[in-house]
Amino acid sequence: MEYFLQQMINGLTLGSIYGLIAIGYTMVYSILGMINFAHGTIYMLGAFISLIAYLAATTIGGAPVVVALMVALFATMAFTALWGWTMERVAYRPLRQAPRLAPLISAIGVSIVLQNFVAQAQGARVKPLPPVIQGGFTLMDGDGFSVNLSWMQIIVIVMTLALMAGFSWMIAHTRLGRAQRACEQDMKMASLLGIDIDRVVSTTFVIGAALAGVAGLMVTLYYGVIDFYIGFLAGIKAFTAAVLGGIGSLPGAMLGGLLIGLIEALWSAYFSIEYKDVATFGILIMVLVFRPTGLLGRPDVEKI
Amino acid sequence: MLKLEGLRSGYGRIQALHGIDLEVREGEIVTLVGANGAGKTTLLMTICGDPRASAGRVVLGGEDITGLATHHIMRKGIAHSPEGRRIFPRMTVLENLQMGAATADPAHFDADLKRALDLFPRLNERLDQRGGTLSGGEQQMLAIARALMSRPRLLLLDEPSLGLAPLVVRHIFEIIRTINRDQGVTILLVEQNAYHALRLAHRGHVMVNGRIALSGSGAELLANPEIRAHYLDGGAA
Repeated sequence: MEYFLQQMINGLTLGSIYGLIAIGYTMVYSILGMINFAHGTIYMLGAFISLIAYLAATTIGGAPVVVALMVALFATMAFTALWGWTMERVAYRPLRQAPRLAPLISAIGVSIVLQNFVAQAQGARVKPLPPVIQGGFTLMDGDGFSVNLSWMQIIVIVMTLALMAGFSWMIAHTRLGRAQRACEQDMKMASLLGIDIDRVVSTTFVIGAALAGVAGLMVTLYYGVIDFYIGFLAGIKAFTAAVLGGIGSLPGAMLGGLLIGLIEALWSAYFSIEYKDVATFGILIMVLVFRPTGLLGRPDVEKI
Repeated sequence: MLKLEGLRSGYGRIQALHGIDLEVREGEIVTLVGANGAGKTTLLMTICGDPRASAGRVVLGGEDITGLATHHIMRKGIAHSPEGRRIFPRMTVLENLQMGAATADPAHFDADLKRALDLFPRLNERLDQRGGTLSGGEQQMLAIARALMSRPRLLLLDEPSLGLAPLVVRHIFEIIRTINRDQGVTILLVEQNAYHALRLAHRGHVMVNGRIALSGSGAELLANPEIRAHYLDGGAA
């Protein structure tokens, strides 16, 4: 029982990170009908920016930990947002009218470019960050096994929930959120109402990228090691999460993220840690075969 | 208020408009009638910049708006209730109306909302319902109400009577008249229902194969035997 609870906590933490990345996939998909396969590398970029910003703030700037973390957070969000904007502008917008395969290939190109740039600029070796936030609570003391909830896990989960809640609120209640939903439902009509489609699309990329950036920051702090390749696997897992939840559905992306995190943690705990990715991608295949619309997605029949 | 000069446009390599000259004066209702595929919808959409005109000019209130992006054109006092109504199906009636006011000053949202709901009291009962669940007539009301939310000087209406029961059609045309007369909105109306549309119009044009074949006052066109034969007899009530 204690062991199970511990795995639940670990899984939720991991799933929060996947969920944050999945939001970006699902938003871009719902507006442009395109899978942004470069999205995972933005998360990797976020991890590196946060590492650099944190180390710069503490060693060069001599800032206390809390300040350094804030600096890292803002630097990460700013850089990844800028990258998201640029990427859309340079690699996707010119291909908006092209056949669907073109932006997909462009996305793969963008991710290869970014990965290799980071590998060249920062080196291909794993980058460690000594633990920044340590300690936590012991929730339960069983015989020989105790359930721990670390501060870092609390931060990851709370921050994710706050971002998801804020973001959902924005989509439901603000002008920008309404414009995004309108573009998702009927882009031509939105422009007939005076909505600047290009701006809405840009904003979508910017927000999605910033959220992936935060996920990158959190993974850096949580695991303490990153390399230039982490975006690939995390990106595909977050994509799996978006598909599991129902691609195009915002609550679906969040739920899918948490589920993938839990499945991965529980599979590792009870079956085999080596095969955890097999489990995740097995789910991707099963969802695609048996329920392509995902858990919360809607069947695409409303288009007239 | 609106002037089209030698307007040509089309989709891809297919040209749909072959040089249209047309004027809509302040305060008028101008009706375009014509068969399916005559280019009526394309004409309205070309005014909105989607598709862009391949030749000719669109002049709105003295300003050349040809070639502007759609969202810029729609901020210049034009509103369009397009073919097929294009209600946002998964947004509530209120949200659809809020989208109509997307470019308007938020300060007069409440007043504009009240004005729209006074015209269409039925929508008031359905404010929290999703657009996709409305009946055809209600969707048409919503489409017109949404277009009015931006306080347009010029309202484009594409086939507001399509697929509606005769009683609802009469109601919709009644309201179009009210919008024009009481709110001073200039209207360019495209219709297949020539009888109602021409009765309403100050002036009308008949489109055939991307050209304007015939023009005149609404009454003149209604009395024209050729028009009676083609567009009225057997087709309308």
